[in-house]
Amino acid sequence: MATHAAPPPLQQTGSAPAATAQAAPDAVVVRFAGDSGDGMQLTGGQFTLSTALAGNDLATFPDFPAEIRAPQGTLFGVSAFQINFGSRQINTAGDAPDVLVAMNPAALKVNLPALKPGGLVIIDTGEFTRRNLDKAKYDGNPLDDDTLAKYQVLAFDISALTVEAVKPFGLGNKDALRCKNMWTLGLALWMFDRPREPLQEWLRQKFRGKPDIAAANIAALDAGHAYGETAELAGPLRQLHLPPVEAEPGLYRTVTGAEAVSLGLVAGAQLAGLPMFFGGYPITPASAILHHLARLKEFGVTTFQAEDEIAAICAALGASYAGSLGVTSSSGPGIALKTEAMGLAIMTELPLVIVNSQRGGPSTGLPTKTEQSDLYQAVYGRNGDAPLPVIAARSPSDAFDCAIEACRMAVEYMTPVILLTDGYIANAAEPWRVPDPATFTPFPARHLQEKNGRDAQGGETLHPYQRDAKGARPWIKPGTPGLMHRIGGIEKHELTGNIDYSPANHQAMTDARKRKIEDIAVPDQEVCRGGSSGALAVVGWGSTYGPIHQAVGRARARGLDVSHIHVRNIWPLPANLGDLLRGFDAVLVPEMNTGQFKTLLRDQYLVDAQSLTKTSGQPFQIAELEEAIGRFFDGVPGNEGGEVPPNAQQLPASESGHDDGDTPRDLRLHHGRDN
Amino acid sequence: MNDMTPVTTTLKDWETDQEVRWCPGCGDYAILKAVQRTLPQLGSDPANTVFISGIGCSSRFPYYIESYGFHTIHGRAPAVATGVKLANPDLDVWLVTGDGDGLSIGGNHMLHVLRRNVNMQILLFNNEIYGLTKGQYSPTSREGTRSPSSPIGSVDHPAKPCAFALGAGARFVARGFDVSKNLPDVLIAAHQHQGAAFVEIFQNCVVYNKDVFEDFAAPKGAEDRQLWLADGEPMLFGSEKSGGVKGLAFDAEALAFRVVDVPDGDWRAAGVRVHDVRNRVMAHLLVELPFGPYPMPLGVLYDDPAPTFESAVVAERAAASEGKEASLAKLLAKGQTWTVGGVAD
Repeated sequence: MATHAAPPPLQQTGSAPAATAQAAPDAVVVRFAGDSGDGMQLTGGQFTLSTALAGNDLATFPDFPAEIRAPQGTLFGVSAFQINFGSRQINTAGDAPDVLVAMNPAALKVNLPALKPGGLVIIDTGEFTRRNLDKAKYDGNPLDDDTLAKYQVLAFDISALTVEAVKPFGLGNKDALRCKNMWTLGLALWMFDRPREPLQEWLRQKFRGKPDIAAANIAALDAGHAYGETAELAGPLRQLHLPPVEAEPGLYRTVTGAEAVSLGLVAGAQLAGLPMFFGGYPITPASAILHHLARLKEFGVTTFQAEDEIAAICAALGASYAGSLGVTSSSGPGIALKTEAMGLAIMTELPLVIVNSQRGGPSTGLPTKTEQSDLYQAVYGRNGDAPLPVIAARSPSDAFDCAIEACRMAVEYMTPVILLTDGYIANAAEPWRVPDPATFTPFPARHLQEKNGRDAQGGETLHPYQRDAKGARPWIKPGTPGLMHRIGGIEKHELTGNIDYSPANHQAMTDARKRKIEDIAVPDQEVCRGGSSGALAVVGWGSTYGPIHQAVGRARARGLDVSHIHVRNIWPLPANLGDLLRGFDAVLVPEMNTGQFKTLLRDQYLVDAQSLTKTSGQPFQIAELEEAIGRFFDGVPGNEGGEVPPNAQQLPASESGHDDGDTPRDLRLHHGRDN
Repeated sequence: MNDMTPVTTTLKDWETDQEVRWCPGCGDYAILKAVQRTLPQLGSDPANTVFISGIGCSSRFPYYIESYGFHTIHGRAPAVATGVKLANPDLDVWLVTGDGDGLSIGGNHMLHVLRRNVNMQILLFNNEIYGLTKGQYSPTSREGTRSPSSPIGSVDHPAKPCAFALGAGARFVARGFDVSKNLPDVLIAAHQHQGAAFVEIFQNCVVYNKDVFEDFAAPKGAEDRQLWLADGEPMLFGSEKSGGVKGLAFDAEALAFRVVDVPDGDWRAAGVRVHDVRNRVMAHLLVELPFGPYPMPLGVLYDDPAPTFESAVVAERAAASEGKEASLAKLLAKGQTWTVGGVAD
């Protein structure tokens, strides 16, 4: 494919009907895809911000390779960012995209199967060289054959247009081409009728020290925008304006799960009146929490990058012992390493918050892809009878509330608490109504100041394990006069905390630790869509909230008697959950694992919960869930539940994960714990 | 050491009501007494003192000291102690560990607590054996050690605790042994050092590795086999009645110490070096001296303070917070925001 000099003619191929002037849809899914060096995540992030500023509701799905700089132009080096936005409530990053921006042949190859038939694909022809086509394993050129027949195509030389646009700034060819993503963003801004000013301002800030780079990027942005205006007359490009969504009045911002967890932890520590100590070790996708908190020292936050995952949790526990709120965070492999120290926190009954941003497992698994497969690990995964509370966030903004709740439980019950998020929640952004801290309920921590017990002679003595009404022992800071005592991981006497292996004492302490966690006050389970009894309950937890909620909504619109129940408190479970589930003829539990929460529900309630599993590293799509719900109403017995296969339309795209063996592994740069 | 007001205590004040459960004759008893004898001399306040340990015989230590105590998990005491010091730098932290706890399962944490220079006293009881698990060879066991897990003799090369500590970047390295009358002086020096102070204490495991240090620790002939180091003093050992005073001279050609006779007490004439606790090269030579051809160097081998980790963390936090308002409301509303429904921005 020859590259065109600007201004190129618009090229329209295929037999799909061109978009006609029609009413704007209430939601649009756009996917930006390119080489991992093309800045697609940044493009997506800035487009997200502009979407939020336009008042649309939105959800995003960033997908990028585990390799930091995968070889250019290869299938496994493709990075993509999907956003679903609209003038109605948006709960997922969307199923199939309406618009695909493909910056090179590999991006097209990987992402084209996802595009809706009749959808619009925007292509940078400048990258469709033979060399790049070979890297993408195209025998022919998809621009010249019928590969794109089903779609509307806008193919033009974005590379050349960008170089032309930034010419006045005297950049080298390489630097000039780096402005391509801004050109593309400019075009996208035009397509959805967005102002450029916030982006221009952002670029000026970002390149404060390099005004020529800022100016070049702004020129590229403006040129992309201008291109849209002139191109409109000629091709399938139509400008769409999606009016703002109806939202609760208030101040909004976008937030990712990693940001929300960090902010929630800061809020939680403030509500407890405690300094926060965060021990972490770099791991994908959890490191962002460490990065955020490292910048919040003025909030009494100490971050400690430890030598390993074990040291990270042990230091956090040491800080809790010394009176701070200890927090640690990781993903599955790191959480596994922290397990023994969690047992110590349970045994010594000290507050500790452990955040697990789950990723595909086992072992190193899928570092940058999402999964919900650490539920057993969270609930059961320790030696001995070692109960602790587990909370699961359903969305980026929900992670804020969950983090506060985790802090509260840890402090009020003197226990480690696990907060589960996942790679999807950690990276995805959504609009968030900024809460007013004045509305939060404080839970001030108390450190014991004087002896709390009586000895046999009636004299004052210290009982480090004397429990309060909640079953919690006192928190006694070293440095407090007169309250010296010893604690540790060895079984201890139920009052004095001294070593005590006696049978009756171990029985009593095992019971006390179990009862304390089981008796934690957990709000009653609510039904988030549909009736509180009926034919089918779809029960989810964590980041499956969005697709389940939409699928249940659509099923109900079709007249199906189905409800959505989404559980935040994984352990202990809400007291009413068993009765609630028994009110339904059938229970379906969709999970991005092989059925872990389903097993927990069956075990706890003896309900015949059916599992719907998906373990391809891809979130559920709404359509997949809708179909699974439908099978409960189709009169065909025995076809309910099961496994959702990998979805070629979805991110991560099926081609992108291949290691084709073309490139020797040692040519790749690896980083951190990703590999 | 911390700049706290000295508190008057006696040895009794540092004893707990817990029955000490080490084997009869264990070297740990002597170390416990030495520590309990030292703490009053330091003016330590039991309420401000924390003993933190890992797992093993030595790690039962905190239960027997009337202060705050945390018996943690195997090898992880340095990490727990680092968290304690970062949360409250004013606490006076003693870390008690062993050769298995500190150099095998916890070797990584030992490396990092030393290189970070977290201000605490680290007492590593080295008995060259796993005692609590019934006598397997440890990372410091000598080659050929017969044990339940090495019935025909271990083939591992042993780790040298003081060489490890120095290599990790420790700014204080000292040595003593359980029944030595000098042990309290070593502990006092460790406490006076601001930063991570590493003390290897040879400890006699009477059940599984009895008298393994007898060749230098035995009272008989001790002066010939022990080199007690003192800053600014010549490195001398032996005595006239045992065959002559000797000293360590430096052989520049061989880049090594050599043992020289010191006739008539004229150590200068014999070329004996003066110990300099700030000389890191000298410390490296001392920790590598093979026992046998050389005496066992004991006391403070190296003491050259550097800024502590927790002071740097506190200073950085203060500097980063300077002039910044810790407003949660402002933090939550940071970045680009928009309003819905006419609420004032």
